[in-house]
Amino acid sequence: MTDVLFIEQALNGLQFGLMLFLLAAGLTIVFGVMDMINLAHGSLYMVGAFLAAWLTALSGSFWIGVAGAVLLTALFGMALEVTLLRTLYARDHLSQVLATFALILILNDGVKMVFGTDLPLSAPAALDGPVPLPLGLVYPAWRLLIIGVGLALALLLWVLVQKTRVGALVRAGASNREMSSAMGVDVARLFTLVFGLGAALCAVAGSLLGPLLAVQVGMGENILILAFVVIVIGGIGSIRGALIGSLLVGAVDTLGRTLLQHGLREALPPQWASAAGPALASIAVYVLMAGVLVWRPQGLFPVR
Amino acid sequence: MTINRWLHLAVLAAAIALPWALRAFGAEFYLSVASKILVFAIAATSLNLLLGYGGMVSLGHAAFVGLGAYASGVLLSEGVTSSGVHGLVTVAITGIAALAIGAISLRTRGVYFIMITLAFAQMLFYLANSIKGYGGDEGLTVRTRMLLPFGIDLRQPDSFYFVALAVLAAVLLLLSRFAASRFGRAVQALRDDELRAEALGLPTFACKLVVFVAAGVLAGIAGALSVNLQGYVSPNALHWTQSGTLLVMVILGGAGTLWGGVAGAAALLLLQELLAARTEHWEFWTGWVLLAVVLFARRGLAGLFARRST
Repeated sequence: MTDVLFIEQALNGLQFGLMLFLLAAGLTIVFGVMDMINLAHGSLYMVGAFLAAWLTALSGSFWIGVAGAVLLTALFGMALEVTLLRTLYARDHLSQVLATFALILILNDGVKMVFGTDLPLSAPAALDGPVPLPLGLVYPAWRLLIIGVGLALALLLWVLVQKTRVGALVRAGASNREMSSAMGVDVARLFTLVFGLGAALCAVAGSLLGPLLAVQVGMGENILILAFVVIVIGGIGSIRGALIGSLLVGAVDTLGRTLLQHGLREALPPQWASAAGPALASIAVYVLMAGVLVWRPQGLFPVR
Repeated sequence: MTINRWLHLAVLAAAIALPWALRAFGAEFYLSVASKILVFAIAATSLNLLLGYGGMVSLGHAAFVGLGAYASGVLLSEGVTSSGVHGLVTVAITGIAALAIGAISLRTRGVYFIMITLAFAQMLFYLANSIKGYGGDEGLTVRTRMLLPFGIDLRQPDSFYFVALAVLAAVLLLLSRFAASRFGRAVQALRDDELRAEALGLPTFACKLVVFVAAGVLAGIAGALSVNLQGYVSPNALHWTQSGTLLVMVILGGAGTLWGGVAGAAALLLLQELLAARTEHWEFWTGWVLLAVVLFARRGLAGLFARRST
């Protein structure tokens, strides 16, 4: 395999990892601070993507579509938190699984009723082509933009969590919720805010990935599980862990897909290699997680 | 005999009479629904053993159902129809898989246990997707069924129904015996307080592993039955949403109660059947019903009927 192809795949891995991070960041805080398993987090990603596609078609501008989708999804997430999810924090994990699984069913079919099973969404024409990079590399402009946005948001989140008062409250909540609540932190209000932010990040990921993957019902289910894998690898409640975990999973998934395929083609007949490659790459992510859990049962960056 | 036992016998008698009752009302079609409910009831009961009695929340239980279905399906597509071989292979494969997965997964607890069982299930899901020789992502269709003794033909809807009913009855009998046994009480004790159980000298890891393997094998048997009912198995049988559905059935029915898995499977499948006949958006309404159960019937359906004094 040539170096150019390798660099290209590494960039793809980075791009996918950063988008995973946008989902995992919200999920890990919800999980870490409120000890809440939210299976419906992937549905917010789907809702965000559908809203972006719908608003883009309505307004004629992708950027208005994305901005509107981020805003509406954040409001939707906060409404969901206030009306339903809030009552689940004190319940056991099983009730949370059942309730948020029910939410997946409702939102999947609800989106289908409103928008249909899928919507077209394409990147703005100016960013549709490839751009030349140093070293004679040519890379799609859209993916480059995703990397840029992902890095910027990761930096923003880091500043928010490490350098601001709200971030300190969130970190305090993650390491000991009762104590921070006893110290006078309005955990309930803080949490509605955090949930809205998580939903907004989901919408960003959904609308940026929409042109690459498809905007369709059920798009949230598979990426949700990857996001869970990420936060378990990183350590539940840790933003830093979520970032490292996302990049690891993105790299293993993307590089595994191409490198394994490449390696297998040398070793196996082509029809076998083409079948086993993607499966092995998908499996590799879970092997990584099982390995991390056996090695460090609390994830790479345990919070508590 | 206690009232409880009379109640169980009455339910069994009603289940035996069901095919004739359906025929009397000209509703034979529903026999296949009933058979499907029985198969899911076995699978859900196996998860109930793991979750309700053993306290282990697995989000990968569908892997064992799928594994059993593939074991039987592959044997059928290779022309092996002896039910003895099917039984042995299904039990051996799901047992070994559950032993390996359990031995690793049980080192973690809580949320991490949920995630690692999910991870193993996803691995098997992608594996099933990649096996092109047996259908790959399109699934495996089989035309034959396994041959049971006495010339019982599983293609006959009645025969299948009674076979599945017999298996379910045996599973429930085993579960009630288990719950009352010394070992069963040990398992329930460690579910309630693992630290205390360990302090009492119980081999907690071994106890949990035995329950994990037993639940995996029972799920595999349900899977083998399902491929003989539908003549079809696809990787979707192992997908995490399927594991989620099984969890929903158990929680809906009431985890840790003898009839929890059966009640949940029957309620969820009947609800789907009922809604699907009226609207194409049956998932939407199913979701609302499940939400209502979480919010208003905290101990599941079985909790609604259980006497509160206990």
